[in-house]
Amino acid sequence: MSDSISLAEICISQASKAWQDDGEILATGIGLIPRIAAGLAKLTHNPDLMMTDGETYLISEPAPMGKRDSSADQVEGYMSYSRVFENLWGGKRHAMVTPTQIDSFGQTNISVIGNYDSPKIQLLGVRGFPGNSIYHKNSIFIPNHSKKTFVEGEVDMVSGMGYKNKELSNGIFEIKRVITNLGIFDFNGKNNCMQLLSLHPNVSVDDVITNTGFEIAIQSDSITSMPSSEELVLIREVLDPQGIRNTIFGE
Amino acid sequence: MNKVLTHKDVLDHLQSNATIGIGGWGARRKPMSLVREICQSDIKDLTVVSYGGPDIGLLCAHKKVKKLIFGFVSLDVIPLEAHFRQARQNKEIEVMELDEGMLQWGLRSAAMNLPFLPTRVGFGTDVLTHNPELKFVTSPYKDKESFIAMPAIKLDVALLHVNKSDEKGNTQIIGPDPFFDDLFARAAEKTFVSSEELLSTEELGGKDGAIFNRFERSLVTGVVHSPCGAHPTSCSPSYGFDIKHLKEYSDSVKYFNDYADKYMNKTHQDYIESVGGTEEITKIPLPQF
Repeated sequence: MSDSISLAEICISQASKAWQDDGEILATGIGLIPRIAAGLAKLTHNPDLMMTDGETYLISEPAPMGKRDSSADQVEGYMSYSRVFENLWGGKRHAMVTPTQIDSFGQTNISVIGNYDSPKIQLLGVRGFPGNSIYHKNSIFIPNHSKKTFVEGEVDMVSGMGYKNKELSNGIFEIKRVITNLGIFDFNGKNNCMQLLSLHPNVSVDDVITNTGFEIAIQSDSITSMPSSEELVLIREVLDPQGIRNTIFGE
Repeated sequence: MNKVLTHKDVLDHLQSNATIGIGGWGARRKPMSLVREICQSDIKDLTVVSYGGPDIGLLCAHKKVKKLIFGFVSLDVIPLEAHFRQARQNKEIEVMELDEGMLQWGLRSAAMNLPFLPTRVGFGTDVLTHNPELKFVTSPYKDKESFIAMPAIKLDVALLHVNKSDEKGNTQIIGPDPFFDDLFARAAEKTFVSSEELLSTEELGGKDGAIFNRFERSLVTGVVHSPCGAHPTSCSPSYGFDIKHLKEYSDSVKYFNDYADKYMNKTHQDYIESVGGTEEITKIPLPQF
């Protein structure tokens, strides 16, 4: 590769690994990086994944970002909202989402910031987070790792459940992988505490600690591995030929 | 049998303090011409049930909402709904905030004439904290598992937008996703549909058309002919959402009177002319994600 590798490409490559052991399930990447990452997972380490066209149909090849001729999509199935609910209640789904707040329990918030009865900022509403979190695995992508996203104490409105209530999900609850602009994490530390798995280039352990509102474990402070040349070709030429990924970090 | 009504006729079936359900999803296939008609009426203090989009924002901007039963409110391309947000932050509305699937369960429960349906969804979240009226039920079988008993959400009136209808209320939703419109119709005492096309039964296309008939006509009280009636939301396959208009609408949160002067208090036909006419609207491409 002649061009240097961008942070967005590093995140996409790392995020794609979230789905590698999932087998034949529905991969839902919500937002730019998660969606390209799900596509990359399907084109590399898990071709059995099911993906939608972003609307109502399951398609055989991941839809590239940006304008495309969708009449050329190879449709293989149907996934209306009603079917999405049925699918997720069966557990055969792994979503990657970008909550507004996350806490040390892995609880997530997309509902309100501030007091619930007098919100400082009204966000989307809980959407499907309660159901997603209790019925299937989820991963998280955060483009702006800070104490505002990784909050001290608990999130303002628990929209997605966390590890402290794991038994309520019959043991299903899991945050598989957390990808941020600073590094890669999971919740497999002692007592399901969030732990650092690797740091992106030019990021220090201190950067992570000072930008996280709760204590984390340092499983490794190695540098995040770079995307392979095969992955870079797929990202740049197949999944996002228009370079829309560059808008995420202003690269 | 002729169920054809005007937009204004539908208001005769609506009262202040009623519970209304609005079909569609976010910025997709919302019965916006009927919503605008309510905004222009004296009806107020509504409890509104919706997978919310600009239907909710517009009703909030007109101070029509007492309580909202919802999972989200979003304009899709513009993730946060400015008017809903303002109403909520100004404490103008009560809310019952639910997971999308719990909302479906509430409608399905009402549709099946059951008092509740059990679910695990909501456990471990503040949906329970903020909805203390939700009660629990224990499985009578040997698993003895405890569930949330999601109560039926009964509607006085459901408002839906469909692609085709005849005057008897045989409707067709041609877009690939019917969302939960069938459940809204079943959960309601009365359902009113606005329809892109008003056709003869024969023109509905017999067997080939009937697969798009998502609920039976006995559920439909009235049909309103409303070409481009979902604008500014999308109505697949005829037109996409009007991003430019949604942006103008969203930006009007500080000076809503400017928006209202331009687009409200008009007949449906005059509204459609004010936003470019049916020919322009049907040129708006379907959204692509």
